Amino acid sequence: MSLLELNGVSKHFGAIRALTDVTLHMEPGEVLGLMGDNGAGKSTLVKIIAGNFPPSHGELRINGEEVHFHKPIDARAKGIEVVYQDLALCDNLTAAANVFLGREPRFGVWPFRFLDHKEMYRRSATLFKELKSETRPRDLVRQMSGGQRQAVAIARTRLAEARLVLMDEPTAAISVRQVAEVLDLIRRLSDQGIAVILISHRMPDVFTVADRVVVMRRGSKVADKPTANSSPEEVTGLITGAIEAA
Amino acid sequence: MTTLSDEPQDPQTHTRWSAIVSNHVFWVVIATVVACVLLSIVTSTFATSQNLFNVTRNFAFVALVALGMTAVIITGGIDLSVGSTIGISGIVLAVVMNAGWPLWAGIGMALLTAGLVGLVNGILIAYLDMQPFVVTLGMLSVARSLAMVISNNRTIFDFGPGGNSLLALGGGSFLGVANPVWFLLVFAVIFFVAFVWSRWGRYVYAVGGNRQAANLTGVPVRAITCSVYVICGLMAGVAAILEVGWLGAVTTGLGTGDELRVIAASVVGGTNLMGGIGGAFGTVVGAALIEVIRNSLILLGVNSFWQGTFVGSFIILAVLFNRLGGDRRGE
Repeated sequence: MSLLELNGVSKHFGAIRALTDVTLHMEPGEVLGLMGDNGAGKSTLVKIIAGNFPPSHGELRINGEEVHFHKPIDARAKGIEVVYQDLALCDNLTAAANVFLGREPRFGVWPFRFLDHKEMYRRSATLFKELKSETRPRDLVRQMSGGQRQAVAIARTRLAEARLVLMDEPTAAISVRQVAEVLDLIRRLSDQGIAVILISHRMPDVFTVADRVVVMRRGSKVADKPTANSSPEEVTGLITGAIEAA
Repeated sequence: MTTLSDEPQDPQTHTRWSAIVSNHVFWVVIATVVACVLLSIVTSTFATSQNLFNVTRNFAFVALVALGMTAVIITGGIDLSVGSTIGISGIVLAVVMNAGWPLWAGIGMALLTAGLVGLVNGILIAYLDMQPFVVTLGMLSVARSLAMVISNNRTIFDFGPGGNSLLALGGGSFLGVANPVWFLLVFAVIFFVAFVWSRWGRYVYAVGGNRQAANLTGVPVRAITCSVYVICGLMAGVAAILEVGWLGAVTTGLGTGDELRVIAASVVGGTNLMGGIGGAFGTVVGAALIEVIRNSLILLGVNSFWQGTFVGSFIILAVLFNRLGGDRRGE
């Protein structure tokens, strides 16, 4: 039984067909590289899995059970976490506040329930340490570098004890040195049995860390194979359409 | 081992959120203290117990509403209808009590009215995605007009059997401090705790900081947005009840133009009109500073026509201060 199954998923916005009949499965701990040109349907696919909107047709299954996501929180409840390209952080809040946003630990009895700031600072410090990031829990996100922001966004998924993490271009906004860190982190998630869908334009990242590569073109899945059996050249051909399907 | 923050573009992260905010608030406190000290030296009338009693009471009305306004502005919104909300809930209070109902009924109806005005604002803004500026500007006109309809544009000074307790509530004092100031103290503490220690407060900041991000992380953005307008309306209701009790009479002009003073208090107190930044303490100090300056104009014999110029200039100066303080998020 797969962790995640998509069967015949399509999505159209009015007359625009963003996704056509996509079938996909993910196993625990698997790292999937999702590739495709702009407008190929990667984002739509990810948004369906993340619960931003439901598919027009087709079904989603988590551990064999059919699910219907209407809001991102529905997907989160099933252990699906997203690290967004723009990182979806609140600039005016601290790193710790961002890590715990929407999941704040509290103490006291209703109606006197207060934010547990101490616990948030302590646990986010631990998470940043695990990520080998020097991000400090009390720092404002506004003042952080791209790498530190990435650490905050990733720490958030760790906190959630996610089963599937969707990462949208996690290495787009950071330096080469930090890319290695993020790829290490993806492996660490995978080692813990967390499945990762890595959306990336960067061929080396996908071939370094992904077990499997899926290529999207014009809303359809044109390839789904182990990275070991593919090559950057083949994937490039699939993305551009030089190779029809593989 | 390199780390994620080991970066050439690693910015200075020594200044903290609390430090930045307290900076602005700190300077407003300094300005207020300096103004008070100067006035005590220059005039013989400022540092009298009667004048201070009046000053604190006057700013309490503005500050009470400004606390609610601060919540609204932190979410990135604005409520221009608070002056009219004060007007309509004051009128409802007066009409209900004038008809012979007791104090509690008058207060209940006044708060219900204020809450309803806020709820309508909140629903239109949060759930129908309308511009806060437009919705509350419309409500400014609607609520003022309804106040005239309800009261038939009378001046009401007979509050029926509960009248004396209403006058005692708004006009009385306890331990030498006017009752509205005590109310302000209690509400300031409640708002401080709510902003800093409650999940609601955290979400209010999150919505103002990055609405999209807040939504993606499961913050109930619409409900939070709606709630701040309801709370702002309710605070206008509280201020109206106390103000009516103090004045002893209600005209349909009650609260006219207050939105400007309230927004000024909030902004001078460090609330950023772009959203995401602000606090309860700063708001109270901001309201105090404006009232002290206003009072000083009177004591120094400056023509009262100048007051609007000063309050207006204060808003502009406060925003300028924010800009110079390195806040360039709009760019």
